[in-house]
Amino acid sequence: MSDTVTIFERSREGRRAFTPPRTDVPETPVEELLPDWARRSQPADLPEVSEPEIVRHYVTLSRKNFHLDQGFYPLGSCTMKHNPKLHERVAALPGHARLHPLQEPAHAQGALELMYNLQEALAEIAGLPHVSLQPSAGSHGELAGLLLTRAYHADRGEHRTKVLTPDTAHGTNPATVTMAGYEVVKVGTADDGGVDLEDLRAKADDDVACLMLTNPNTLGLFDSNIEEIAEIVHGVGGTLYYDGANLNAVMGVSRPGDMGFDIVHYNLHKTFTQPHGGGGPGAGPIAVSDRIEPFLPVPQVVRTSSSNGAGPAFDLDHDRPKSIGKMRGFQGNFGVFVRSYAYICSLGGDGLREVSELAVLNANYLKARLAEDGIGEYLPIAFDRHCMHEFVLSGSGAKDKLDIKTLDIAKRLLDHEVHPPTVYFPLLVDEALMIEPTETEPKERLDHFADAMRELLAEAAEDPEIARTAPHTTPVRRLDEAGAAKRPVVRQSRRDVNPGDPGRAQDHPAAASGAL
Amino acid sequence: MLDAIGVGSVEDLFEAIPESVRLGRPIDLPGGMAEQEVLDHLAELAARNRHADAEITFLGAGMYDHYVPALIDNLVERSEFLTPYTPYQPEISQGGLQVMFEFQTMISELTGLPVSNASVYEGPSAVAAAGYLAKLETRRSKLLTSRGMHPHSRAALATHAVGYGMEIVEVPLDSNGVTDAEALAAAVDDDTAAVFVQYPNFLGTVEDLASLGEAAKSTGALFVCAADPLPLGILKPPGECGVDICVGEGQTLGNRLDFGGPSFGFFAASERFLRKMPGRIAGETRDVDGKRGFVLTLQTREQHIRREKATHNICTSQALNALAGTAYLSWLGREGLVELSTLMLRRTAYAREGLPFEPINPGPVVREFAVRVPELDAFLERAREAGINPGLPLRGVLPEYEDGLLVAITERRTKEQIDALAAVASRTEVPA
Repeated sequence: MSDTVTIFERSREGRRAFTPPRTDVPETPVEELLPDWARRSQPADLPEVSEPEIVRHYVTLSRKNFHLDQGFYPLGSCTMKHNPKLHERVAALPGHARLHPLQEPAHAQGALELMYNLQEALAEIAGLPHVSLQPSAGSHGELAGLLLTRAYHADRGEHRTKVLTPDTAHGTNPATVTMAGYEVVKVGTADDGGVDLEDLRAKADDDVACLMLTNPNTLGLFDSNIEEIAEIVHGVGGTLYYDGANLNAVMGVSRPGDMGFDIVHYNLHKTFTQPHGGGGPGAGPIAVSDRIEPFLPVPQVVRTSSSNGAGPAFDLDHDRPKSIGKMRGFQGNFGVFVRSYAYICSLGGDGLREVSELAVLNANYLKARLAEDGIGEYLPIAFDRHCMHEFVLSGSGAKDKLDIKTLDIAKRLLDHEVHPPTVYFPLLVDEALMIEPTETEPKERLDHFADAMRELLAEAAEDPEIARTAPHTTPVRRLDEAGAAKRPVVRQSRRDVNPGDPGRAQDHPAAASGAL
Repeated sequence: MLDAIGVGSVEDLFEAIPESVRLGRPIDLPGGMAEQEVLDHLAELAARNRHADAEITFLGAGMYDHYVPALIDNLVERSEFLTPYTPYQPEISQGGLQVMFEFQTMISELTGLPVSNASVYEGPSAVAAAGYLAKLETRRSKLLTSRGMHPHSRAALATHAVGYGMEIVEVPLDSNGVTDAEALAAAVDDDTAAVFVQYPNFLGTVEDLASLGEAAKSTGALFVCAADPLPLGILKPPGECGVDICVGEGQTLGNRLDFGGPSFGFFAASERFLRKMPGRIAGETRDVDGKRGFVLTLQTREQHIRREKATHNICTSQALNALAGTAYLSWLGREGLVELSTLMLRRTAYAREGLPFEPINPGPVVREFAVRVPELDAFLERAREAGINPGLPLRGVLPEYEDGLLVAITERRTKEQIDALAAVASRTEVPA
């Protein structure tokens, strides 16, 4: 049997895992309960597999994933820090996991108090007084932020059309700008890696609704001119938006609210340890200043006085006439809130500051190790200053001297059982490698990464072909991505699964035509 | 480490941050706690929530008390699935990528549409994402939504549509609680980019999708359906009813209630939208040795490649929740999905018949229905005293049904529990 078998290919007629509960009500024929036009003619072609084989299938698949609990994962901008195991235990408590989202507030006081406490903690961390936990991820928080900006200006009778984003911005920023109905105006980067103030001044006019900024930025550098930037943007009546992807660098040291930002999003799946899950779930709460507060999504979790005077009570406030409305259903990704709240409780205020200090220490140490002879000449640092929680190297030296690309370096690192850094981002650095070790890595892991990089480069000096054809030890080797996009196969064809059984497995028309 | 960096203290590393924007004091939060103290604190909070095992609940309205099999807990807590990032390096992410591929296939099967993405956030924002696609596709200005859409879906669509600049027009429900087909036909015009209906609708009625679709598409608008994926086990697939895009909330497929999230949303469509869809899509391919493998494909739609020209801004979505959905559908299997849906259908019919209340929506229902309850508050009070949460009073979300109650049935609600609800409704003793 080939190594790569889908669950559909494991299917054998008549096998099953599920035993239905007893039918304890009259067995009325389905035809009497559902008219013809509403009834499915053939069952959906789901696999027929026994429980032991389902478990083996997914456990086998899981073993083809590299994951954070296995090894070093310095994926820049993604903050791959340890996910404490306690969090899964507390999230699974029936009072959390089995709570219906429309349970009346009177019977969900524990959940509402948890959300309220988390709001308060996040507000203190960002230095902005009002928090909505609702958005589902960072990009959703960004969109909420721009919709808040639009509502704020509309309330003042203003119609603005442009949003400024630096050329170092995460891709979600410009994509969000378009979705929110604004035009993207790019702002350049100065020689020191910060916002080009002259360019900003030239582009800041009264048509600008907002500047979206990450500070420290995607180069891992804190923009020391932040107060001047805020003054320029506020001077033309725009709002200042903080992309919180890099908040892990500055907790307890400096707060976006104190820097002049009006709106912040947090990535609970980055800074606050929600496990990434192979691509979610996350959560992207937002914090805002007083002038933006009236427009926050509904409902807001609020504290009220209890009827019997026994202590605080909590409620959902839907009566917010200026609100932008709802970004999604219900109250947000509560299960994520539980984990992040547990994290904040574990660390406390001082612990959070220590997180940022260690994250910055680890990044600078690794940066120093990667500047050593045998590495630094191949991977020059893009902007040579003390970095914050991450830094960006350029693979230009390796390309020139060894004739290997950043992609080859990344792929060869896979053979060393470390996850490669983020590559080819930010766009303004040639052959970029963006490295974020996080605070939960001990010195030995950082040293191991530096040693692996040195070994890889030395090997490439001898025989670059090894890196060019890497990886060599992974479940599959380099995959044909261009071919995958040119002739997309995005679902299993029924014909592949059940050849020679035409009565049972009818091809979907589109699959039969060869279009898939 | 400081020596290697060449500084005297960690503080020196923060030199770029001006004094004027430093916090200059400790974060004003309580001190840290031991692991067992955190557990105790959160357990104490959790104990103050009346969860679905602490009462007999007929609450639904978008999320439902379904049984989640044990194998799902086991799989989603595996570090190999729980702790990787989005699979940017396919060679070491084949597990997650293949799960996405299997998920896409299952969603295609359920919806009867040829292509699906690998998940979006959740139901209502998926509806909003479909609105954005309709805008990109048609360049028209108006979205028609049935009042039978979930109120949260209508609200999320309205919030997002302010951004992408579209007007929303609502089509009312008729006196039987289904989308008013005549009003829909009258409202569709050349400016209509898309028509949105829900299947079953918010009141639980199975809408006649094919008929509504004919009216919806008469001027070239897209026909969008928000569906609950579980009853699609027995309902005619939206793809066979002229639906162009089917989105929905995936909680009913093996995900916890979690007070509303995280779950997953899905997004399936006709093939012509493949290159405009939001979110991750896994595709099958080969490696350099000819070995079968999977990659994230068609990434030129996405924000990290296309930036302001992306078809959506979504990045992190709901991969782990989609894994739960995939494992759940494998566990139910081809026959099991039909058996489970049929059991829900029969119990729902039994419950609607057994309650002494007038139905608001007398048409076909599969898992949920609405009734008029005279003296609603008194009934709610009696039910609570009996340890029953009888469902969602509609007055808060659809004020036109002031005495309305939305009652949801799942495979967890036994005949005995349904009888208990009916007994409270009839003011009789619960049969022994």
